[in-house]
Amino acid sequence: MSVPLAYYIGLSAILFTIGAMGVLIRRNSIVIFMSVELMLNAANLAFVAFARSYEAISGQIFVFFVMTVAAVEVAVGLALIVAIFHTKQSIDVDQMNSLRG
Amino acid sequence: MLLSEVPAGGAQFFYLVPWMVFLPLIGLLINIIVGGRLSEKWIGGIASAATGLAFVVAVFLAISLVGHPEGTTVPLIDWITIGELRVRWGFQVDTLSVTMMLMVSFVGTLIHIYAIGYMHDDVRHNGDPARYRRFFVFFNLFVLAMMVLVSADNYLMLFVGWEGVGLCSYLLIGFWYEKGEKGIGNALAAKKAFITNRIGDFGFLLAAFTMFGIFRTFDFEEVFKQVPQVAELFPIAILMITLFMLLGVTGKSAQLPLYVWLPDAMAGPTPVSALIHAATMVTAGVYLVARSFPLYAIVPAAQNTVAIVGGATALFAATIGLAQFDIKKVLAYSTISQLGFMVAAVGMGAIVAGIFHLVAHAFFKALLFLSAGSVIQGVERGEHHIEHDPKLKKASKAHAHFDPQDMRNMGGLRTRMKTTFWVYIIGALALSGIPPLAGFWSKDEILLEASHLNPLVYYLLVAAAFFTAFYMGRQVLMVFFGEPRSEAAAHATESPLVMTVPLMILAFFSAFGGLMNLPWLHTLGHWLEHTIKIEEAVKEVKLGAEAAVKFDWVVASISTALALIAIGLAWWLYERRYKELLKLPQAKRPDDPLRGILGPVFRLLEHKYWVDELYWAVILNPYIALSRFLAEQVDWRFWHDWFHDQVILRGYNALARLLSVQIDLGVIDAIANWIGEVTQRLANRMRLIQSGYVRNYALSVFLGVVIILGYLILR
Repeated sequence: MSVPLAYYIGLSAILFTIGAMGVLIRRNSIVIFMSVELMLNAANLAFVAFARSYEAISGQIFVFFVMTVAAVEVAVGLALIVAIFHTKQSIDVDQMNSLRG
Repeated sequence: MLLSEVPAGGAQFFYLVPWMVFLPLIGLLINIIVGGRLSEKWIGGIASAATGLAFVVAVFLAISLVGHPEGTTVPLIDWITIGELRVRWGFQVDTLSVTMMLMVSFVGTLIHIYAIGYMHDDVRHNGDPARYRRFFVFFNLFVLAMMVLVSADNYLMLFVGWEGVGLCSYLLIGFWYEKGEKGIGNALAAKKAFITNRIGDFGFLLAAFTMFGIFRTFDFEEVFKQVPQVAELFPIAILMITLFMLLGVTGKSAQLPLYVWLPDAMAGPTPVSALIHAATMVTAGVYLVARSFPLYAIVPAAQNTVAIVGGATALFAATIGLAQFDIKKVLAYSTISQLGFMVAAVGMGAIVAGIFHLVAHAFFKALLFLSAGSVIQGVERGEHHIEHDPKLKKASKAHAHFDPQDMRNMGGLRTRMKTTFWVYIIGALALSGIPPLAGFWSKDEILLEASHLNPLVYYLLVAAAFFTAFYMGRQVLMVFFGEPRSEAAAHATESPLVMTVPLMILAFFSAFGGLMNLPWLHTLGHWLEHTIKIEEAVKEVKLGAEAAVKFDWVVASISTALALIAIGLAWWLYERRYKELLKLPQAKRPDDPLRGILGPVFRLLEHKYWVDELYWAVILNPYIALSRFLAEQVDWRFWHDWFHDQVILRGYNALARLLSVQIDLGVIDAIANWIGEVTQRLANRMRLIQSGYVRNYALSVFLGVVIILGYLILR
């Protein structure tokens, strides 16, 4: 007995929404970062679920790409956050508004 | 096309005719290019040879015409081709044009040779020997232009020659342009000749335009072919053409009312007066009327006008000639008068008589002018002699201002210049119409024709012939007879052979030129008939009359008797009376015996009827005043000072101000500034969006995604 597709999609949607809300609401850049990861993985879940449901391998391959890009993004992003912390002694995104018009 | 290449058997040399123009051209080019390194003899020799060879070519043409009297046209190149207008440079070879070519090149050659000697002295007398070459270049150029004129086969090419001779006339009258009265006299004379001729040319041009308008061509042959039908359709057009052409003739051939330039043209060196202003150029008008005869024959009104203009000029100028003191001026008025005879003749339709007189006149008038030149230089040599003899110089200090052309300073040259005296006598008798010299036959033929065709002109011409004999008698007696009236005349010497030989040749032709067309033979008449008979209309109208005219003893004896009476009268006045007058003390005696007899009339004649003054008062002064008004008031004050400086400058400034202040600043800059301001204001609003908070950007991305997705889903 397998779990129906709608459940996966529902879970994926919930995770994505949580992630998006996290990005919009939270001020800690690490947390924002984690929320972004959450959104990526929500998309991954949707990919895998559909791949499974339609028995199409290309969805699963896409997930690998997404995970790779996510890993790279984490590497760059954490380096940026470290660099910002070095200068500002803070990782609060609301402090980083020097590009204000 | 050298002469040696001419086929021996062929009697036709018509193709040689372009050389009539090219030979003088070669001559003048040689003199222009290398003349600077040649001696005077070579320069004069080359110019004379060029003209002499042209005469040889003319003889060949004449020989060809004996076999083919109908003549031909020799096309050379196409000159103008614009739509319907096609003008070629072609040569008309027929008996009329070849007669002119023969006369021009023959007389021209003799005058060229004479000029070798005359100009040698003249350039030294006037103090610029470098101008010797220029003179012969101009002279060859003149022969060239004259040949273009007489050899043209259409009116436009004829006009080219017509203008060309006018130009040469101008250049040669003003040859000593820095001399003359107040240093500008000669230049003024040249200008007067040129402008007066331009008035005539204006008439010629109008005639040519009208002709093209009606006939659509300039070619003689084409035009004359169309004359009969055009005469039916637009007789007025032909009248206009002929009368306009008459204006051209009055300019070039010095007829009333445009004759005034010719006496002043005597400012040129004497060979110029002989060649251009007596023998050739001034006869161009006569040639034109003769050539255009098919046109004139159709309109008797034009013919009468021409004849009366000619007759009136003949008498008018002859009377002025009575009271002139300048030896050349007398001859100049005589030339005008004789041209009047010719114009009257061709006007009446007596073409042969006109051309006959033209040729005969060329001989004896060239002779007279050249002899006058010889006399003038003889007197100048006498004056020179005195200058270099201290004893004589002291004696003659009285007249510092000495005029070697004034006949009152001459006298007694008979014994001092024997050759000149004898040829002068021949020329003067020929001009006076004493048989059997050339002038008698030609003048008599004109009088004869006139007595049949136009009695009024006949009376005018007879009177003119009487005065002609009188003023020639007066001139000969004043110059050659009696005692010398100045030291210069007393020491005058004969001219060199290079001058006297051409005089003798011309004297020979002046004496025997009448053989050309004796009344019983009509040699020239039959010769010219080939050209003139082509036009049927002419034959009907005039040749009929001409053929009927036989030698008339009455006419001949009247004119001869009048001439003899005139000469006798001159003898009585200027030999007998003059001697008596000379005995009186200088202050009391009149300078001319005629002055005492005619009184105020003499003054009138001496001042040429005040025609020049009249022209000044009626035409020139108002014209100059008008020009001055136009220049100073209209052009300077109105156009320059007011219109340019006020209207245009101010208007421009106002416009510039309007453009810079109102348009540029007010509109264009305002638009640009407005765009900038709007952009700035917009940017000020827009910068608020750039909050710098990542969250806000993320939210807008989020909202954008929501909107796009919403659209995609709900669509």
